This record gives sequence, structure tokens and C-alpha cells, in this order.
Amino acid sequence: MAKVHVTTTINGEPAEFLCEPDKSMLDVLRNTLGLTGTKEGCGTGDCGACSITVDGRLVCACLMLAAEAEGHEIGTIEGMARGEALHPLQQKFLEMAALQCGICTPGVLIAAKSLLEKNPDPTETEVRFGLAGNLCRCTGYDKIVRAVLETAAEMRETAQ
Amino acid sequence: MNVISDKLQVEGNRWIGTRTVRPDGADKVTGRAAYAADNTMPGMIWGKVLRSPHAHAVIRSVDTSKAEALPGVKAVVTARDIVDFPVDKSVMLGIQDMRWMCRNVMAREKALFHGHPIAAVAAINEEVAAEACRLIEVDYEVLPHVIEIEDAIRPDAPILHDFLKHEGKPSNIAGTMTAKLGDVEAGFAEADVIVERTFRTRPVHQGYIEPQACTVSYAADGRATIWSSSQGQFMVRAMTSLLTGVPQSNIKAIPAEIGGGFGAKTIIYLEPLALLLSKKSGRPVKMVMTREEVMRATGPTSGSFSTVRIGAKKDGTIVAAQGTFYIQAGCLPGGPLRGPVGCAFAPYEIPNVLSVGFDVVSNRSKVAAYRAPGAPLGAYAAECVLDEVAEKLGMDPLELRLKNSAKPGSKAAYGATFGKVTFEETVEAIRTHEHYKAPLERNPRPGVRRGRGVASGFWYNAGGESSAQVNITEDGNVLVTTGHPDVGGSRASIANVTAELLGIEHGRVSVQIGDTSSIGFSNLTGGSRVTFASAMVVTQSTEKVITQLRERAAKIWKIDPEAVTWENGEARPAGPNAGQFPPLTLKELAAKANEMGGPIGAGVQLNTQGADPGFATHVVDVEVDVDLGIVRVLRYTAAQDVGRALHPSYVEGQIQGGVVQGIGWALSEEYLYDRQGRLDNAGFLDYRMPVCSDVPMIEPVMLEIPNPKHPQGVRGVGEAPIVPPLAAIANAVYDALGKRFYSLPMSPPKVLEALEE
Repeated sequence: MAKVHVTTTINGEPAEFLCEPDKSMLDVLRNTLGLTGTKEGCGTGDCGACSITVDGRLVCACLMLAAEAEGHEIGTIEGMARGEALHPLQQKFLEMAALQCGICTPGVLIAAKSLLEKNPDPTETEVRFGLAGNLCRCTGYDKIVRAVLETAAEMRETAQ
Repeated sequence: MNVISDKLQVEGNRWIGTRTVRPDGADKVTGRAAYAADNTMPGMIWGKVLRSPHAHAVIRSVDTSKAEALPGVKAVVTARDIVDFPVDKSVMLGIQDMRWMCRNVMAREKALFHGHPIAAVAAINEEVAAEACRLIEVDYEVLPHVIEIEDAIRPDAPILHDFLKHEGKPSNIAGTMTAKLGDVEAGFAEADVIVERTFRTRPVHQGYIEPQACTVSYAADGRATIWSSSQGQFMVRAMTSLLTGVPQSNIKAIPAEIGGGFGAKTIIYLEPLALLLSKKSGRPVKMVMTREEVMRATGPTSGSFSTVRIGAKKDGTIVAAQGTFYIQAGCLPGGPLRGPVGCAFAPYEIPNVLSVGFDVVSNRSKVAAYRAPGAPLGAYAAECVLDEVAEKLGMDPLELRLKNSAKPGSKAAYGATFGKVTFEETVEAIRTHEHYKAPLERNPRPGVRRGRGVASGFWYNAGGESSAQVNITEDGNVLVTTGHPDVGGSRASIANVTAELLGIEHGRVSVQIGDTSSIGFSNLTGGSRVTFASAMVVTQSTEKVITQLRERAAKIWKIDPEAVTWENGEARPAGPNAGQFPPLTLKELAAKANEMGGPIGAGVQLNTQGADPGFATHVVDVEVDVDLGIVRVLRYTAAQDVGRALHPSYVEGQIQGGVVQGIGWALSEEYLYDRQGRLDNAGFLDYRMPVCSDVPMIEPVMLEIPNPKHPQGVRGVGEAPIVPPLAAIANAVYDALGKRFYSLPMSPPKVLEALEE
């Protein structure tokens, strides 16, 4: 199958790659570009482990064709921290033990960041529905929800 | 909430019991942590598995010639390449029988379930490998199949294995297990109230988010490197060795970060296939399961068909308990009978008990361990019947439990005589909890009813083999290596223990998991044993290191080592008689290590003992939408004796995670098969695990009653929390609707059907 040449932006940096037209964004991120922080849990858009942003919108990378990245801005977990400085959500997840095995964590963090960008002051219910697309089998979600709420409160305070 | 009942090792602790940041945390929040599927090797090719399209079929022949001729295909393996373990001679590896494991990784005489591996292919990419699988020609003789327990134990059922006999005849009952105490019929004769009920549950999957995956390189010198995630790199090495014939000393199994296991990753599926493909092709081979393959072909835990009968006197004294538990094994023997048979009645002192389990094979994937394997099935039946007994007696269900609770010296039907028993404390913690006393608004709005339920649970816990090495680096910091994959924060606990014992800053301790070539044998991460066992070997190793440090200081000061103490990270003279010397820090002693005798470090390899059992009692409030049949959990409180919480956050996390898995088991998860014996819901859309919006906060009540047999008082924590939820939720649904459910899951269609009756 002839490959497609794709020019895009990943985590703020220009990127280009060749891919078969039927390859998913997830496959290219992981197997072509070596960005393995985005995880595959199901390949059918049900678990959220491959959550990324496309022009700021939350997307399951397994449901997007890599060729569709042409001209768009992709955000992955590898771009969430700024150098050594973790994003407040990343920091809070560590402090509040909001992860156990950690396989869902990149997707949960991307989804939580996306949620807080749209709604900086969510209720517990809004956080729960905002993360309903991200399966976690270890934590029972309790500490994840608390960490997101706590981060949101701190980020609001910092923003003032 | 945290209740500390004893001051052992609590006062003055600087790190133990604190919520430090886990050593592997930064890698896991930045996407750098490398899991099973994240590895690549130079020259790597891809492996794929051809799976049976039939639930039950004789494999007459497998012709791989067309697949092998396809350009880009590098190797094909079939059952002929796997070491055969004849069915008439058991070869055990831990609790796994290699007769069944060799037939599980690749179908041998017959395909036993839809999805059973038939052959494996390695090719230059996944697409070519998949195309090659399609070119393999298999001649099947399709046989009648059987899926459900009740069908499998009928006299006219299709028999899976002629060599399995029950009562002298070929049978799908592969084995039995009995636990007996006293005379159960004499006990029932004394009872004023007897309740007997029959329960059904469906298989549920562990639901780890990381599918099984591995990369294996077999080099020309006969040495193999395995990169995979598992609950035991030594299990990976041993099982791969047995199935491929490559000696253990030639296999290095590297433990990748594990993306959830919950028991399921205590056995392997892909590693032997990848090793053989690598050997044949001369290239490293990567294999990654799809979610559909995980659901179809890896072990869920058993469904069950159980009858429990309990008899009590008017004053609430339980005089007899009987359980009959038919447990699904999947297509090969080995269902977790020990769970229901041994655990169902273990929290109680009952003079007459008869508990019998039957291991039933059928045309499903072979079951694998899942968090307290089998125990939730027994507790579901026993704790629901107890609820009815309490109701008949007009007794509070927790009072009934307290009245009959096991005590020190109580004998359990499974054989143990209990030492320190902490069951009463868990019941008392719930009985006095604000949740249990809080009023419940029963009909908050039209069409909605609420109820409250309680249940308890027991799990054995385990010790076993563990190894640790504690080394002082040349710059005076600490590197701890253990042999246990960290499934949920065990490194964090180990860092706390080591920093505490050495009296140094937490950040100066690094904790890593060694591969099979860099640390001594360590048994599986399972049985709620890792924090218990690894804290024990790490403590002993660290104590040896402290002895060395005192000896070094003594040598420098030219005094007796007995006259040196280790305090707050420094060697000091033990008292004025020892002499006047300024303290020597860890850094200073490390800098002088070589001139004073060589590197500082010590290891301990031990068969750890003293893992006393775990008890838990839960209370839950539910809300049932009577129009939609949806059961929602509103509030959940879980009390458990945790011994000592080395890192409270990860102990709470075990309880919260176990409870939510239990909620899924009770309300929404089940394996569904079609008429051809094919799994109908092999994906996360139709196999419905709880999502964030399905559940409330889960309140853990950690009772810290130190285990006297452990240096820090640790008791296993991870499994007991999944034991009570099934019954607690069923009892709450009864409280809401006045109708008892004897079958799980209590999913909307079933609830609606029951309400219409």
C-alpha cells in the first residue's frame, strides 16, 4: 500500500511521517514515532488509554487515522510537562496516589486536562462524567476524582 | 479513616505510614514508564496467533505450507514445537499443572474453546503475519460443545476429556475438594432456623487495561531474553523454560511495568510462542494481544453454581453450615475451589461445616486467578444466606456476625486453627460507623427505592519465597532491589521501610525490580503477599547493612562493634564508655568503604512465614430505579484489618479498587456466549466494567492491628476487599426492593424481569 506523507505538529513541535492510509494515529504514535506514552487498551475507543488532543479536542488515537493529523496540532502525554516541571495534574496525581499500575494514567491525565480547560470549576459529578471514557481498573476512581478536584481548586487559586 | 489500635512502630516514625511520592511515579505520569508493549528490539518482527473458530473440535491436521511460503513470513510454530506433557502424569509449577498449561498455550489434540491457539506466525509486520494466519489450513472435526455448568454436569453432556473421571466414569467434573468439621447433619438437627438457597454467578474478567504482550529474543548462543509484563518474572522464566525446553539459566526474563494483572498475569500465553518463533526465525519477535483476544482467550475467573445451607438456634448461634460449590475451570482443570470451599464460612466459629467444591470443565477459555480466587463466589452465597438467617431471627445482621465470629483458637473447616483473629474488629468498625447508623431515605422520589446491605469476607493471605538486595552506593545513597513486579505501589512501601530503618531522607533510597538474572528467586506477586514478604526480606537485608556500617565505624574508631549504635543515619558511640567520637554518616562510611573492607551491601533470600489471614466487613447503600432496572451504588464503606499501612494511600487504593471490581461483578460484568459457543461480548463496550460515573467515593476504614509475625506488623491487603461486595450489594438490593436475587450480575434486564414477576 502506498504510504501517505503527513506533516503535522506534535506537542508543539513540527513533525512529519509516512504511513499507510489505514494506519491509526495510535499506531503511528507508538510504532512509527516512538511516542509510547499513549497506550492501547482496546483499539475500539472504549477505554480511553490512548487519549490525545487534536487542536485541543479530546480524541481516542485508536479511532483516528494517522493521515488525518495533516495540518493539525496533536497533544500527547509526552508534551504535558514543561521540561522538568510537571503539569499540576501530574504533580497532584503523584501526591495523592491517583494511580496504581499506571497504564490508564496518561489517558486519564490528558482527559482531565482537557476537562479542566473547558470547565475550570467542575463538581464531583462533572469530573466523573468528564472521565467516564477512561477505564481504570486499579483505583476505583476515588483518588483520581479527588486529585482532579484538588488540582482544579489550586489552578483556580493560582490563576487569580 | 484510619484506626490505629496499637502503637507498634508508629510513634516517632518518620517515613513508615506516611504518604510519600512513589519511586516510579514521575515515569508513570509522563508516559516514560515502559510496559509490555512499549519495547522494541533491533531487527524485531511481529508474531500473531491463529485461533480456533470452533468451541470444540478435533484437530485432524494443520497445514502451514502456504503460510510459510508467503513472502515476509519468517517462522511458523504449532503444538508440535511446544514441549508435550502427557495427560497421565502431573508436573506442577506452583499451583499450575504443566499438562494443562502446554494445552492452554497451544491446542494439542482438540480445540477446546473459540479462540484456542492453533498456530503462531512471525512475519516482517503485523499485516503479513495476519495474512499468513489466514493461509494456515486446519482440518477440524467439529464436536458438540458445552458452556454452562449445569449443562456440563448432566449425564449426557459432551465430554471434553475422556481421561477425566468422576465416580469412575468419564466426566466434566475434573476434581473435588472438601472441608469438613464436626457432623453437619447433627448440627442441622439442633437448628431452630435453617435457610438453604442456590446461587449462580457468571465468569468475569480481571479487566486489566494492558493486554498481554512480550518481546523475545533468542540468540545464536541459545540464550533468550524475554521482555514482558507479568506478576512474576521468575514464573515467566520457569514456565517458558518448561514449555520450550530452554534451560532456566539461559533465559533472562525482564519485568516490564505491569498494566494491571489482578491474578491473571500469574500465567503466560505468548512468551513460549514468541521464544519458539524467535528461535526459528533468528529474529527478536514481538507479540501483542488485541482486547478481543484478551477477552476470548485469557482466563476470566469462574462462574459458579452453588448451594448454601445455614442453621442457627433462636439466640443466633450458628450450629451448622453446608456449601456445595460447582466452579468453572474453563476448558482445562484447575478452577479455584480453595476460594469458596475454604473461605465461605471461615470468618465464623461454626462447630459443624461441610463445604464441597467441584471443578467443572466446559468449552470456555481456561480460568485464571482473579483477586482472592474463588473466595467472592463462596462469600456471595454464604453472606446472602446469613442475611436471610438474621432476618428470620429478627437479628441485626452485624450482631449475628459478631455473635458467631471466629476467635483466637477457633478452628476453620479448611484446617487452620486461628491465632490472632481480627474479624470482630472489622464488624465492630462498621457497626459503629456513622454510615451504618445514618438514616436512609427509602423512597426519595417516585420510581426510586433505596436499601442498605452488609457482608463480610475472608482471605488466606500468603508468605512464600522472596529475595532482596540492599546496596550502599559509593556516594552514600541506597539502592534496593527486589524480585516482585510492583502492581500497585509496593516500591513506595519498600522505600518507606528502608529510609525508616536507615534513618535517612526518603529521596536517598531508590527501589527497583530486578530481572531474573540480577536478583534471587522471588515467587509471584499474588496472594496479597508482596508488601508482607518484601518488607520482611528488605528489613532483614537493611539490618545486615546496618550491622556492616556499625562494624566499619567500630574499625575506624578502633572500638568494639557492639559499642556502636546506628541512629538517624549515623554511627555513634553507644554511650560514654565507648569513647568520644563525632558521628559518622552513611555518606562518610560509604566514602571509606573500600579501605575499611570493601563494598557495603547485603541480601536476604527467604521463604517468608507468618502471613495471617485478612478479614473485611462492608456496608453499602444502593438505589434502584424500578423503571429502568438500574442499580446504583450511593455510598460504600469498607473496613479491613490491614496490619500496618506502610504507605496508607496505596493500602486505601487496594481497598477502593477491590470494592469497585466487586461492584462490577455484582451489577454489570458477565461473559455471554452465543449458541455456537462463541463469546458474544469480547470488548469493553459490551463487557461493562464500572466507569468513573458509575460509582461513588469508596471509604476505606483501615484497622491497623499489627501482625505480630511481621517486623512492621504488615498484613496482606489486596484481596480481601473483593470478597464482601457481591453479597453486600445483593443484600442492599433486597433491602431496597424486598426481593432477593440469587443470580449475578444484577443487571437492568434481570432487575426488571424480577420486578415484573
